[in-house]
Amino acid sequence: METVTLTIKNQPELFLEAETIAPDAFAGKKTEEIADLTVYVGRERHRLGDFFEISGKAGATPEETKIVVNGDLSRVKYIGMKMTGGEVVVNGNADMYVGAWMQGGKLTVNGNVDAFAGTGMKDGELIIKGNAGNYLGAAYRGDWRGMQGGKIVVTGNAGSDIGTFMNGGEIVVGGDADVHVATHAEGGKIVIKGNAKSRVGGQMVEGEIYVLGSIDVMMPGFVYREDVDVDMDGIKGRFALYEGDLGERHRKRKGQTIYAKLYQRIEA
Amino acid sequence: MAEYLIKNGFVFDPVQGIKGDKTDVAIKDGKIVATTALSSPKVIDAAGKTVMAGGVDVHAHVAGPKVNAGRNFRPEDKLFGYKAQTGIERMQGGFSVPTTIRTGYNYARMGYTTVMEAAMPPLYARHTHEEMRDTPILDQGAYPVFGNNWFVLEYLKNHEIENAAAYIAWLLRATKGYAVKVVNPGGTEAWAWGLNCDNVHDPVPYFDITPAQIIKGLIEANEYLGLPHSMHMHANNLGNPGNYTTTLDSFKLSEGIKPNSKFGRDQVMHHTHVQFHSYGGDSWANVESKAKDIMAYVNSHDNITIDMGQVTLDETTTMTADGPFEHHLTELNHLKWANTDVELETGSGVVPYVYSPSIKVCAIQWAIGLELALLANDPMRVFMTTDHPNAGPFIRYPRIMKWLMSTEAREQQFDAFKHKDKVIDATNLAGIDRELDLYEIAQMTRAGPAKALGLAHMYGGLAPGLEADVAIYDFNPNEPYAPDDIETAFGSAEHLFKTGVQVVRDHEIASNGNKRTLWVNAKVNENPQVMRDVKEKFLRYYTVTLNNYEVTGHYLPNPYVIEVDATQ
Repeated sequence: METVTLTIKNQPELFLEAETIAPDAFAGKKTEEIADLTVYVGRERHRLGDFFEISGKAGATPEETKIVVNGDLSRVKYIGMKMTGGEVVVNGNADMYVGAWMQGGKLTVNGNVDAFAGTGMKDGELIIKGNAGNYLGAAYRGDWRGMQGGKIVVTGNAGSDIGTFMNGGEIVVGGDADVHVATHAEGGKIVIKGNAKSRVGGQMVEGEIYVLGSIDVMMPGFVYREDVDVDMDGIKGRFALYEGDLGERHRKRKGQTIYAKLYQRIEA
Repeated sequence: MAEYLIKNGFVFDPVQGIKGDKTDVAIKDGKIVATTALSSPKVIDAAGKTVMAGGVDVHAHVAGPKVNAGRNFRPEDKLFGYKAQTGIERMQGGFSVPTTIRTGYNYARMGYTTVMEAAMPPLYARHTHEEMRDTPILDQGAYPVFGNNWFVLEYLKNHEIENAAAYIAWLLRATKGYAVKVVNPGGTEAWAWGLNCDNVHDPVPYFDITPAQIIKGLIEANEYLGLPHSMHMHANNLGNPGNYTTTLDSFKLSEGIKPNSKFGRDQVMHHTHVQFHSYGGDSWANVESKAKDIMAYVNSHDNITIDMGQVTLDETTTMTADGPFEHHLTELNHLKWANTDVELETGSGVVPYVYSPSIKVCAIQWAIGLELALLANDPMRVFMTTDHPNAGPFIRYPRIMKWLMSTEAREQQFDAFKHKDKVIDATNLAGIDRELDLYEIAQMTRAGPAKALGLAHMYGGLAPGLEADVAIYDFNPNEPYAPDDIETAFGSAEHLFKTGVQVVRDHEIASNGNKRTLWVNAKVNENPQVMRDVKEKFLRYYTVTLNNYEVTGHYLPNPYVIEVDATQ
C-alpha cells in the first residue's frame, strides 16, 4: 500500500469542502495531480494543493492507497466521503460529514468529528478516537435510507440523533449519547457503553439498541418483556429487554410480530 | 428577428403528412414560413438529421404548491444533483422535482417547447403562476381543478350547466387558467370526511352528488363554453387493482356528446395517465393488465383522447390532488407523506415512490403504459406522458421512445426484471411486436397533443403560419441504429427554436427564450346568480378575500390570451 500525506498549511477563510480527500480520488494520480483536485470554499473553486502540503504517492487503486491527513482540520468537511476502499487516517479534529456515504475501506480519526459522520454509510469501518457530533450514522436530511452497513466505533461520546433511519450495520459509542437514538430505524445495532438520555428508539420499527449505563427517560412506546443474559462482542451482563416502538407498524415472521429490541444492562 | 433556413433534414410532420422526406423548414418573425419568404436567412445544415416541431406535453406537474411541497420535503432528491451557474444557464437542482430553471432547460434539451401544468388549485393559482413565470423558455398553461369544487358540486347536483359554465369562465379568468381539470371527482372532497369515491356512482358525502354527475356535467359545461381543450380527467379509483371497470364507466359518460369548439379538437374527454387506470385483478398479488379492454374502447370512440402515464422505473415523487390516493400510497410504502386540504376547492398529497425493476407490480405498470401506446390505432389520440413526476420524471421521454420504437429495447428491459415470467404472464406486452416509427412518435408528442389542446393553430407541426418551434436531432432514421441511440439523440436536441429564437445550439442552452403563459378568456352572458354565489362564498367561507384571490397582471409578464365567445 502506498501512502499520501497531507498537512494543512492554509486554513480556509470559511469552510473547506474536500470530498476529494478520498482514496478513490487519489488512486493512480501523481502528487501534482492530487494537488490539482478540486475543493470548494463557499461557491469558490480551489485546488487541494492551495490548502495542503502533499507528499508521498498514491497506489494504483483505492484499495492500495492510504491517505494521512495532519493538522487542525476542524474547518474541513467531507473527508473520505463515498470512499470505496483503502485507508484514511486523520490526525486532528475534523468537521462535518467525515466518511459520509462510505462504501468500504477504513477511516480513522485521531480526534473529534462534527455532525453527520458516516451519514448514509453502506460499508467499511469508521473509527473515531474522540467524540462524535450529532447525526452520527444517520440518514441525510429527508432520506429514509440511513446507515445500511459497515461499522462505526466512537471512543468518546456521541451527540444527538445517532442512527436515525438506520437499516443495518453497527454503531458503538464508548461514552454517552445525547437524545434521539435510532429514531425510525428499521435494522442495525447501536451499542452505548455509557449513559443515554431520552427518546431512545422513538418510532423504531426493527433493530437493536444496547445501553450499558442509564437511560434518563424511557420511551412510553417500549414495553418491558424479560431479563436476559448477554455475552456478545465483549458486552457481558444481565439486561432488561424492552420491545417497541408499539406505536409503529411491525412486520410478522411465522406469526410472530417483530419489534425493535432495547437492552439495558442491570448487572455487569 | 433573425431568419433561419433549416436545410435537408429528414422532416417528420403529421400536420403536413411529411414522413421523413428531405424538406427545408423556414423561420421568419417567430413563425414557420414558406422558404420563398426568406431574404437572407442563417442556414442550418440538417442533412442526415431528424427535424420535428417542438414537443408538446399535455400533462405534467411542474409548477405550484404541491410541486414545491415535493421540493421542500425531499432534500434527498437534490443531493449531488446540483449544477452551478455557467454562462447563460442559471443554477439548477433536483431530479424528480427539479427547480423551475432545470424544468425549462431539461424540456428544451429534449426539444420540447410547450408544457401544460396539469393541476392548479385555484386558491394557489398565484403560486403556480409565479413558478411558471420562473420556468424559462417554455410556453405554459395551467389547468385549474374543478372536480371537487363546492360551486361545481352545487350547480351540477341540479344539472345547472349554464351556471357551472359561467363559474368555470369566471374561475379561468380569475386564475388565468387554461382548461377544466378533474381529479378523482368527488373523492377528494369525500377525503375531507376521511372517505373516498371508489366508483362513478359512489355519492359524495354532504353534497349528495355522484362522480358520474360531476363528470358528465363538466363535459357539458366545457362544451357549452366551447373551450379550446376538452374536460381533462383523472378518474376515480386510480392505482387500484380491478379499477379498469371504473375507467370504462368514466369513458362511457362521454358517449353521445359531440365537441363544440372552434379550435379543431375532436374529443370531449381527455383521460390522463391511463396506465394507472388499467388494472385487472382484485389484489396486488393478481393484478394484471387490462390495456386491451381500455384500448378497445379508446380505439372505437373518436371523442376520447388519452395519455400514457408511463412508469419509467425510477425513484420519483408522486403528487396529486387525489388526496385519498396519496394516503393509500403512504400506507403501502411507509414513506413520508404530505397532505393538504384546499378550502372549498380541492386537496392534495405527496409521497416519494421507488418504481423498482425488482418489484413485480412496478414491472407490470411499466408494461401496461407501453401497451396503451402500442395498441393505439390512432397515435393522434394517445400521447406520451409520465404524468411527471408521478410515474417518472419527464426527462425519460427519450427512453420511452426507445421502448416504443424497439422490441429489442423492451426485451432488454424484460430481461432486467426480477420477476420476468410473472410480469409476462400478467401483461400483453411480450406478445406485441409493433415498433413505432418517428412519424407516429411525432403524432404522440407533437401534433396529437397540440390538436387535443385546441392549439393546432400554433403548435405541433411545421406548416407555414405555425409558431416557429422546431427541434433538430442528431439522428439519421435511414441508417442502422442501436436502441440506445434513440434515447441519446432525443435526449439532447442539437438545435431548438422556440417562436423563432434559437434556445438550444449545438446541444447547449443558448437563450432563456421568450416564455409565454397561455390562458383562456371565455366570455359568457352576465350571470348575476353566479356572481352573487361567488361573493357569498368568499364572504362566508374563504379565508381570503376576492382581492387576494385573483391572479393579476404582474403574475403573467408575457401572457397569451385565447379568447372564447360563449355569449348567446
